[in-house]
Amino acid sequence: MRRLMYILPLLVFLGVGVAFLRGFDRDPREIPSALIDKPVPEFALPPLPGHKQGLSSADLKGDVQLVNVFASWCIPCKAEHPIVSRLAEREGLPVRAINYKDKAENALDWLARNGDPYASIGVDADGRASIDWGVYGVPESFLIDRQGRIRYKHVGPLTPEAVEQTILPLVKELRKG
Amino acid sequence: MRAILLALLLSVSTLPAFAVQPDEVLPDPKMEERAREISKDLRCLVCQNQSIDDSNADLARDLRVIVRERLKKGESNEQVLQYVTDRYGDYVLLRPPFKATTLLLWIGPFAVLLIGALGSAVYLRNRRAAGGVAGDTAPLTDDERRRLEALLRKDGT
Repeated sequence: MRRLMYILPLLVFLGVGVAFLRGFDRDPREIPSALIDKPVPEFALPPLPGHKQGLSSADLKGDVQLVNVFASWCIPCKAEHPIVSRLAEREGLPVRAINYKDKAENALDWLARNGDPYASIGVDADGRASIDWGVYGVPESFLIDRQGRIRYKHVGPLTPEAVEQTILPLVKELRKG
Repeated sequence: MRAILLALLLSVSTLPAFAVQPDEVLPDPKMEERAREISKDLRCLVCQNQSIDDSNADLARDLRVIVRERLKKGESNEQVLQYVTDRYGDYVLLRPPFKATTLLLWIGPFAVLLIGALGSAVYLRNRRAAGGVAGDTAPLTDDERRRLEALLRKDGT
Protein backbone atom coordinates (compact mmCIF):
# COMPACT_ATOMS: atom_id res chain seq x y z
CA MET A 1 0.00 0.00 0.00
CA ARG A 2 2.74 2.38 1.04
CA ARG A 3 4.76 1.52 -2.07
CA LEU A 4 1.72 2.17 -4.24
CA MET A 5 1.51 5.67 -2.79
CA TYR A 6 5.04 6.37 -3.98
CA ILE A 7 4.48 4.93 -7.44
CA LEU A 8 1.15 6.70 -7.91
CA PRO A 9 2.55 10.11 -8.97
CA LEU A 10 4.76 8.38 -11.52
CA LEU A 11 1.77 6.48 -12.90
CA VAL A 12 -0.28 9.67 -13.11
CA PHE A 13 2.59 11.41 -14.84
CA LEU A 14 2.91 8.58 -17.37
CA GLY A 15 -0.84 8.69 -18.01
CA VAL A 16 -0.75 12.43 -18.65
CA GLY A 17 2.33 11.95 -20.83
CA VAL A 18 0.59 9.36 -23.01
CA ALA A 19 -2.49 11.58 -23.28
CA PHE A 20 -0.35 14.51 -24.42
CA LEU A 21 1.63 12.38 -26.83
CA ARG A 22 -1.58 11.26 -28.49
CA GLY A 23 -2.85 14.81 -28.40
CA PHE A 24 0.18 16.07 -30.30
CA ASP A 25 -0.50 13.57 -33.08
CA ARG A 26 -3.98 14.94 -33.50
CA ASP A 27 -4.48 17.83 -35.88
CA PRO A 28 -6.64 20.38 -34.04
CA ARG A 29 -7.94 21.61 -37.40
CA GLU A 30 -9.62 18.28 -37.95
CA ILE A 31 -13.01 18.33 -36.33
CA PRO A 32 -14.87 15.04 -36.07
CA SER A 33 -17.94 15.16 -38.29
CA ALA A 34 -21.34 15.18 -36.61
CA LEU A 35 -22.79 13.48 -39.68
CA ILE A 36 -20.94 10.17 -39.66
CA ASP A 37 -23.36 7.26 -40.16
CA LYS A 38 -26.18 9.70 -40.88
CA PRO A 39 -27.93 9.95 -44.23
CA VAL A 40 -26.63 12.66 -46.54
CA PRO A 41 -28.52 15.94 -46.07
CA GLU A 42 -31.45 16.69 -48.36
CA PHE A 43 -30.16 18.94 -51.10
CA ALA A 44 -30.35 19.58 -54.85
CA LEU A 45 -27.67 21.56 -56.62
CA PRO A 46 -27.76 22.75 -60.25
CA PRO A 47 -25.11 21.66 -62.78
CA LEU A 48 -22.33 23.85 -64.16
CA PRO A 49 -23.30 25.57 -67.40
CA GLY A 50 -22.90 23.10 -70.27
CA HIS A 51 -23.03 20.09 -67.95
CA LYS A 52 -26.08 17.85 -67.94
CA GLN A 53 -26.29 16.71 -64.35
CA GLY A 54 -26.02 18.55 -61.04
CA LEU A 55 -25.95 16.82 -57.69
CA SER A 56 -28.77 15.93 -55.32
CA SER A 57 -29.37 13.55 -52.43
CA ALA A 58 -31.05 11.07 -54.80
CA ASP A 59 -27.81 10.67 -56.81
CA LEU A 60 -26.02 9.35 -53.74
CA LYS A 61 -28.03 6.20 -53.23
CA GLY A 62 -27.37 2.77 -54.65
CA ASP A 63 -23.59 2.77 -54.92
CA VAL A 64 -20.53 3.44 -52.77
CA GLN A 65 -19.40 6.88 -53.84
CA LEU A 66 -17.09 9.71 -52.90
CA VAL A 67 -18.28 13.29 -52.67
CA ASN A 68 -15.49 15.79 -53.10
CA VAL A 69 -15.99 19.45 -52.16
CA PHE A 70 -13.72 21.62 -54.28
CA ALA A 71 -13.24 25.14 -55.63
CA SER A 72 -11.06 26.56 -58.38
CA TRP A 73 -9.63 29.13 -55.95
CA CYS A 74 -8.50 26.43 -53.55
CA ILE A 75 -4.85 25.49 -53.89
CA PRO A 76 -4.95 22.21 -51.89
CA CYS A 77 -7.80 21.11 -54.19
CA LYS A 78 -5.41 21.23 -57.09
CA ALA A 79 -2.85 19.28 -55.09
CA GLU A 80 -5.29 16.47 -54.33
CA HIS A 81 -6.83 16.41 -57.80
CA PRO A 82 -4.56 13.71 -59.25
CA ILE A 83 -5.50 11.48 -56.31
CA VAL A 84 -9.21 12.14 -56.79
CA SER A 85 -8.82 11.40 -60.51
CA ARG A 86 -6.98 8.19 -59.76
CA LEU A 87 -9.77 7.03 -57.46
CA ALA A 88 -12.35 7.70 -60.15
CA GLU A 89 -10.43 6.39 -63.15
CA ARG A 90 -8.30 3.55 -61.84
CA GLU A 91 -9.98 2.40 -58.66
CA GLY A 92 -13.46 2.56 -60.19
CA LEU A 93 -14.91 4.61 -57.34
CA PRO A 94 -17.58 7.00 -58.63
CA VAL A 95 -16.65 10.49 -57.49
CA ARG A 96 -19.15 13.33 -57.47
CA ALA A 97 -18.39 16.90 -56.55
CA ILE A 98 -19.75 19.97 -54.87
CA ASN A 99 -18.29 23.10 -56.39
CA TYR A 100 -18.04 25.41 -53.38
CA LYS A 101 -18.52 29.18 -53.71
CA ASP A 102 -16.99 29.39 -57.14
CA LYS A 103 -17.53 31.33 -60.34
CA ALA A 104 -18.86 29.03 -63.07
CA GLU A 105 -16.32 30.14 -65.66
CA ASN A 106 -13.43 29.67 -63.23
CA ALA A 107 -14.66 26.20 -62.33
CA LEU A 108 -15.02 25.20 -66.00
CA ASP A 109 -11.57 26.58 -66.73
CA TRP A 110 -10.10 24.69 -63.81
CA LEU A 111 -11.70 21.41 -64.92
CA ALA A 112 -10.50 21.92 -68.50
CA ARG A 113 -6.97 22.44 -67.23
CA ASN A 114 -6.82 19.76 -64.51
CA GLY A 115 -9.20 17.16 -65.88
CA ASP A 116 -12.76 16.31 -64.93
CA PRO A 117 -13.02 12.90 -63.24
CA TYR A 118 -16.40 13.68 -61.68
CA ALA A 119 -19.56 11.69 -62.46
CA SER A 120 -21.49 14.88 -61.80
CA ILE A 121 -20.94 18.26 -60.17
CA GLY A 122 -23.39 20.33 -58.16
CA VAL A 123 -22.84 24.07 -57.96
CA ASP A 124 -23.10 25.43 -54.43
CA ALA A 125 -22.68 29.13 -55.15
CA ASP A 126 -23.70 30.48 -51.76
CA GLY A 127 -22.22 27.60 -49.75
CA ARG A 128 -25.51 26.77 -48.04
CA ALA A 129 -25.69 23.13 -49.09
CA SER A 130 -22.10 22.69 -47.92
CA ILE A 131 -23.05 24.01 -44.49
CA ASP A 132 -25.70 21.27 -44.36
CA TRP A 133 -22.85 18.84 -45.01
CA GLY A 134 -20.86 20.35 -42.14
CA VAL A 135 -18.17 21.62 -44.49
CA TYR A 136 -15.88 24.22 -42.92
CA GLY A 137 -13.10 24.42 -45.46
CA VAL A 138 -12.28 23.07 -48.88
CA PRO A 139 -11.25 20.47 -49.86
CA GLU A 140 -13.30 17.93 -47.95
CA SER A 141 -14.31 14.46 -49.06
CA PHE A 142 -17.12 12.21 -47.89
CA LEU A 143 -17.49 8.49 -48.47
CA ILE A 144 -21.13 7.50 -48.97
CA ASP A 145 -22.43 3.94 -48.66
CA ARG A 146 -25.10 2.24 -50.77
CA GLN A 147 -27.91 3.40 -48.49
CA GLY A 148 -26.77 6.99 -48.94
CA ARG A 149 -25.22 7.40 -45.50
CA ILE A 150 -22.03 9.31 -44.81
CA ARG A 151 -19.50 6.79 -43.54
CA TYR A 152 -16.23 8.70 -43.55
CA LYS A 153 -15.10 12.28 -43.83
CA HIS A 154 -11.67 13.49 -44.84
CA VAL A 155 -10.79 17.11 -44.12
CA GLY A 156 -8.13 18.74 -46.26
CA PRO A 157 -6.44 17.36 -49.38
CA LEU A 158 -6.60 13.60 -49.84
CA THR A 159 -3.23 11.98 -49.38
CA PRO A 160 -1.97 8.67 -50.82
CA GLU A 161 -1.80 7.36 -47.22
CA ALA A 162 -5.44 8.25 -46.52
CA VAL A 163 -6.48 6.57 -49.76
CA GLU A 164 -4.46 3.38 -49.24
CA GLN A 165 -4.99 2.98 -45.52
CA THR A 166 -8.52 4.22 -44.98
CA ILE A 167 -10.59 4.96 -48.05
CA LEU A 168 -9.88 1.93 -50.27
CA PRO A 169 -10.26 -0.64 -47.44
CA LEU A 170 -13.50 1.06 -46.38
CA VAL A 171 -14.79 1.08 -49.96
CA LYS A 172 -14.11 -2.66 -50.17
CA GLU A 173 -15.96 -3.29 -46.93
CA LEU A 174 -18.91 -1.07 -47.86
CA ARG A 175 -19.26 -2.75 -51.25
CA LYS A 176 -19.56 -6.12 -49.54
CA GLY A 177 -22.24 -4.91 -47.14
CA MET B 1 -5.45 73.75 -32.32
CA ARG B 2 -7.55 72.03 -34.86
CA ALA B 3 -5.01 69.29 -35.25
CA ILE B 4 -4.99 68.68 -31.50
CA LEU B 5 -8.77 68.52 -31.42
CA LEU B 6 -8.78 66.09 -34.31
CA ALA B 7 -6.18 63.94 -32.58
CA LEU B 8 -8.24 63.92 -29.40
CA LEU B 9 -11.37 63.06 -31.30
CA LEU B 10 -9.62 60.19 -33.06
CA SER B 11 -8.11 58.88 -29.86
CA VAL B 12 -11.50 58.48 -28.18
CA SER B 13 -13.19 57.09 -31.24
CA THR B 14 -11.20 53.84 -31.39
CA LEU B 15 -13.89 51.26 -30.95
CA PRO B 16 -13.09 47.58 -31.36
CA ALA B 17 -13.51 46.43 -34.94
CA PHE B 18 -16.71 44.43 -35.12
CA ALA B 19 -16.94 41.46 -37.41
CA VAL B 20 -20.70 41.85 -37.79
CA GLN B 21 -21.30 43.86 -40.94
CA PRO B 22 -24.03 46.51 -41.08
CA ASP B 23 -25.92 44.62 -43.78
CA GLU B 24 -26.24 41.59 -41.50
CA VAL B 25 -27.91 43.45 -38.67
CA LEU B 26 -31.59 42.71 -38.16
CA PRO B 27 -34.08 45.62 -38.05
CA ASP B 28 -35.57 44.36 -34.78
CA PRO B 29 -33.05 45.30 -32.03
CA LYS B 30 -34.37 42.63 -29.65
CA MET B 31 -33.93 39.90 -32.20
CA GLU B 32 -30.52 41.27 -33.17
CA GLU B 33 -29.47 41.06 -29.54
CA ARG B 34 -30.55 37.42 -29.42
CA ALA B 35 -28.60 36.79 -32.60
CA ARG B 36 -25.50 38.33 -31.05
CA GLU B 37 -25.97 36.21 -27.96
CA ILE B 38 -26.22 33.01 -30.01
CA SER B 39 -23.27 34.00 -32.19
CA LYS B 40 -21.08 34.48 -29.11
CA ASP B 41 -21.70 30.86 -28.16
CA LEU B 42 -20.82 29.46 -31.58
CA ARG B 43 -17.25 28.66 -32.48
CA CYS B 44 -15.89 29.78 -35.80
CA LEU B 45 -14.67 26.54 -37.37
CA VAL B 46 -12.04 28.28 -39.45
CA CYS B 47 -10.30 30.21 -36.68
CA GLN B 48 -11.44 27.92 -33.87
CA ASN B 49 -10.64 30.14 -30.90
CA GLN B 50 -12.97 32.90 -31.99
CA SER B 51 -16.72 32.95 -31.86
CA ILE B 52 -18.55 33.59 -35.12
CA ASP B 53 -19.49 36.95 -33.62
CA ASP B 54 -15.80 37.92 -33.55
CA SER B 55 -14.57 36.25 -36.69
CA ASN B 56 -14.14 37.79 -40.10
CA ALA B 57 -13.99 34.43 -41.83
CA ASP B 58 -16.40 33.82 -44.69
CA LEU B 59 -17.94 30.79 -43.05
CA ALA B 60 -18.51 32.75 -39.84
CA ARG B 61 -20.40 35.37 -41.82
CA ASP B 62 -22.52 32.67 -43.49
CA LEU B 63 -23.36 31.19 -40.11
CA ARG B 64 -24.22 34.59 -38.65
CA VAL B 65 -26.63 35.16 -41.52
CA ILE B 66 -28.15 31.70 -41.01
CA VAL B 67 -28.60 32.38 -37.28
CA ARG B 68 -30.51 35.57 -38.12
CA GLU B 69 -32.61 33.88 -40.79
CA ARG B 70 -33.71 31.19 -38.41
CA LEU B 71 -34.57 33.72 -35.71
CA LYS B 72 -36.71 35.58 -38.25
CA LYS B 73 -38.54 32.33 -38.92
CA GLY B 74 -39.53 32.39 -35.26
CA GLU B 75 -37.15 29.75 -33.90
CA SER B 76 -36.00 29.84 -30.28
CA ASN B 77 -32.35 30.32 -29.34
CA GLU B 78 -32.11 26.61 -28.51
CA GLN B 79 -33.54 25.59 -31.88
CA VAL B 80 -31.00 27.74 -33.68
CA LEU B 81 -28.12 26.29 -31.67
CA GLN B 82 -29.47 22.80 -32.38
CA TYR B 83 -29.58 23.55 -36.11
CA VAL B 84 -25.88 24.37 -36.10
CA THR B 85 -24.85 21.51 -33.78
CA ASP B 86 -26.73 19.04 -36.01
CA ARG B 87 -24.29 19.96 -38.75
CA TYR B 88 -21.06 20.64 -36.93
CA GLY B 89 -21.37 18.69 -33.67
CA ASP B 90 -20.89 19.84 -30.09
CA TYR B 91 -17.51 21.18 -31.11
CA VAL B 92 -19.11 24.42 -32.37
CA LEU B 93 -20.47 25.20 -28.95
CA LEU B 94 -18.05 27.35 -26.98
CA ARG B 95 -19.91 26.23 -23.86
CA PRO B 96 -19.94 22.43 -24.11
CA PRO B 97 -23.16 20.78 -22.93
CA PHE B 98 -23.23 18.63 -19.81
CA LYS B 99 -23.62 15.02 -20.92
CA ALA B 100 -21.99 11.60 -20.73
CA THR B 101 -19.16 12.35 -23.17
CA THR B 102 -18.28 15.66 -21.51
CA LEU B 103 -18.61 14.41 -17.95
CA LEU B 104 -14.83 14.29 -17.42
CA LEU B 105 -14.50 17.84 -18.71
CA TRP B 106 -17.01 19.21 -16.23
CA ILE B 107 -16.37 16.98 -13.22
CA GLY B 108 -12.61 16.47 -13.72
CA PRO B 109 -11.29 19.59 -11.93
CA PHE B 110 -13.57 19.02 -8.94
CA ALA B 111 -12.62 15.35 -8.79
CA VAL B 112 -8.93 16.28 -8.74
CA LEU B 113 -9.58 18.85 -6.03
CA LEU B 114 -11.46 16.25 -3.99
CA ILE B 115 -8.69 13.67 -4.37
CA GLY B 116 -6.15 16.28 -3.28
CA ALA B 117 -8.25 17.27 -0.25
CA LEU B 118 -8.72 13.64 0.76
CA GLY B 119 -4.99 12.97 0.34
CA SER B 120 -4.11 16.00 2.48
CA ALA B 121 -6.63 15.01 5.14
CA VAL B 122 -5.28 11.47 5.34
CA TYR B 123 -1.69 12.73 5.48
CA LEU B 124 -2.42 15.28 8.23
CA ARG B 125 -4.36 12.74 10.26
CA ASN B 126 -1.55 10.20 10.03
CA ARG B 127 0.94 12.80 11.14
CA ARG B 128 -1.16 13.79 14.09
CA ALA B 129 -1.64 10.12 15.04
CA ALA B 130 2.16 9.71 14.97
CA GLY B 131 2.46 12.39 17.64
CA GLY B 132 2.20 15.69 15.83
CA VAL B 133 5.03 17.79 14.46
CA ALA B 134 7.25 17.29 17.51
CA GLY B 135 6.73 13.55 17.41
CA ASP B 136 8.24 13.31 13.94
CA THR B 137 11.73 14.27 15.11
CA ALA B 138 13.88 12.68 17.77
CA PRO B 139 15.25 15.17 20.37
CA LEU B 140 18.89 16.16 20.01
CA THR B 141 21.43 14.13 21.88
CA ASP B 142 23.74 15.88 24.36
CA ASP B 143 26.59 15.68 21.89
CA GLU B 144 24.53 17.27 19.13
CA ARG B 145 23.37 20.05 21.42
CA ARG B 146 26.95 20.87 22.37
CA ARG B 147 28.00 21.09 18.70
CA LEU B 148 24.99 23.26 17.88
CA GLU B 149 25.79 25.66 20.67
CA ALA B 150 29.38 25.86 19.54
CA LEU B 151 28.28 26.70 16.03
CA LEU B 152 25.79 29.32 17.18
CA ARG B 153 28.39 30.96 19.39
CA LYS B 154 30.91 31.12 16.58
CA ASP B 155 28.33 32.63 14.28
CA GLY B 156 27.16 35.23 16.78
CA THR B 157 30.58 36.85 17.37
